[in-house]
Amino acid sequence: MILARADQVSRRYGDVLALDRVDLTVRAGELVGLLGPNGAGKSTLINLLVGLRRPTAGRVELFGGNPRDAASRRQLGVTPQETGLPGTLRVGEVVDFVSAHFPDPVPRAELLDRFGLTDQVRRQTGGLSGGQRRRLAVALAFLGRPRLVVLDEPTTGLDVEARRTLWEAIQAFHAEGGAVLLSSHYLEEVEALAQRVVVIGHGRVLADDTVDAVRGIVGVRRVSLIAEDLPPLPGVVATEHAEGRTHLLTTDADQLVRDLVHAGVAFRELEVRPTSLEEAFLAITADYRPAPVTT
Amino acid sequence: MPLALVHAKYQLLEIIRIPVAVFGAAFFPAASMIFFVVPFTGDDARAATFATTSMVTFSVLTANIFQYGAGVAEDRVQPWNLYTRTLPAGPGPRFAGRILAGLVLTYVSMLPVVVIAAVATAATVTPLDFLIAVGTVVVVSVPFTLLGLAIGYSMPSKAAIVVAQLIFFPLAFGGGLLTGPDNAPGFIQAIAPYLPTRGAVELMWAAATDWRPDPLALAMLGVWVVLLAGVAGWAYRRDEGRRFT
Repeated sequence: MILARADQVSRRYGDVLALDRVDLTVRAGELVGLLGPNGAGKSTLINLLVGLRRPTAGRVELFGGNPRDAASRRQLGVTPQETGLPGTLRVGEVVDFVSAHFPDPVPRAELLDRFGLTDQVRRQTGGLSGGQRRRLAVALAFLGRPRLVVLDEPTTGLDVEARRTLWEAIQAFHAEGGAVLLSSHYLEEVEALAQRVVVIGHGRVLADDTVDAVRGIVGVRRVSLIAEDLPPLPGVVATEHAEGRTHLLTTDADQLVRDLVHAGVAFRELEVRPTSLEEAFLAITADYRPAPVTT
Repeated sequence: MPLALVHAKYQLLEIIRIPVAVFGAAFFPAASMIFFVVPFTGDDARAATFATTSMVTFSVLTANIFQYGAGVAEDRVQPWNLYTRTLPAGPGPRFAGRILAGLVLTYVSMLPVVVIAAVATAATVTPLDFLIAVGTVVVVSVPFTLLGLAIGYSMPSKAAIVVAQLIFFPLAFGGGLLTGPDNAPGFIQAIAPYLPTRGAVELMWAAATDWRPDPLALAMLGVWVVLLAGVAGWAYRRDEGRRFT
């Protein structure tokens, strides 16, 4: 059963095309990771799916209806940005307020216990630590016993332990059959949680596949060397020249080095380094530029 | 509890926990009462009653313009406000809750005026007229609520606060709220009927005393309500596409 769907969805902000004909489907029980660098369009896509924005073109569906209709959002759980909790309200009050919107909410004590916030029930949210605020924000997404939970970068800026606690809560929900759509710019986070990964860059879906397959795509290495002339090389997704060095981004560094040797290129100071996720994204989002031919 | 009441309750809780906001709304009318009404009306019961009613209208004006103008503009950019729009309720309950909370605060902000009038002036009102006046406050809140919403939804909060400050005094003075019904300067008598504050205060005078309201001012008040409702509705609909995320 399809819980959320985007069909050829575009969204424009003035001159900026934030999403360009994006397709996405989330089925019951799936845990889908939405991966992409900042500004790729992840938040825009999520805002469309939870009904905060209208698409400029295309169609968005949530539980078979329009996400902008309140009825379509009854089985949806969303997390507010951690900085967005009303600072003067107490933890218990925030939970009670959100509870009032759902027909069968998780009891307050049970929810707070699950997220380790029982002792904070009387505290104003403005006085919580960053980790506690984030836990409360994520807890709110599970309050209405949703079938689909949408989490927009739930652990950005959290320490390792707090991140693990949240991951466990997300996994427990998924183990009971809940579907999760989770955006992140950490490959590690998506690897730890998701079965399926959708990579977004420049407003387009670049990959929609299993975690392993996407890891291969974004597992780009940087091969850096000093050389006068380079022949055309297969498997190079991007080439840069900086400070006398040539940087080649490739998905298969071993093969590239073999090719360099076979081609008899005079090179020195060879380095092979893993790229950051950001670099890997830049490489695969750069329209798969072929390596420049230098003859 | 209906959702609108839930929203009203938590909005009031948020406001009351920073009580200086409530003092702000109550300060101008109370101060005007002490400096301009108490010393000058003396034993004149009629003048004191009219002036008190004017000050009540003044507090309805300031409470609504600032609450909705500045409050809505500030809320719009809060991530929490966005989050509440993902909850399974339409905009209705949140909006109704805001109006209810606004009405409660409007009544709270005029309490000092009423207390000062009772203690320090010769103002009089029959219990029935008092109740009618209390009810009329809801009616005269409408144009100022719409004005505040139009400001709040159409501009960022820093601009909204300035605009609210710029327009509340000319509206109050130009509508004759700071002068009696009979002793206002000529130019005020000329422009007052065309301002929404005049129609509002005429209604309040009619509720609290035997004043017969000016039909022109009332008709113009109706025009203002339609006009401001149009602007507020336009600003509300246009708000959706504003923020880049």
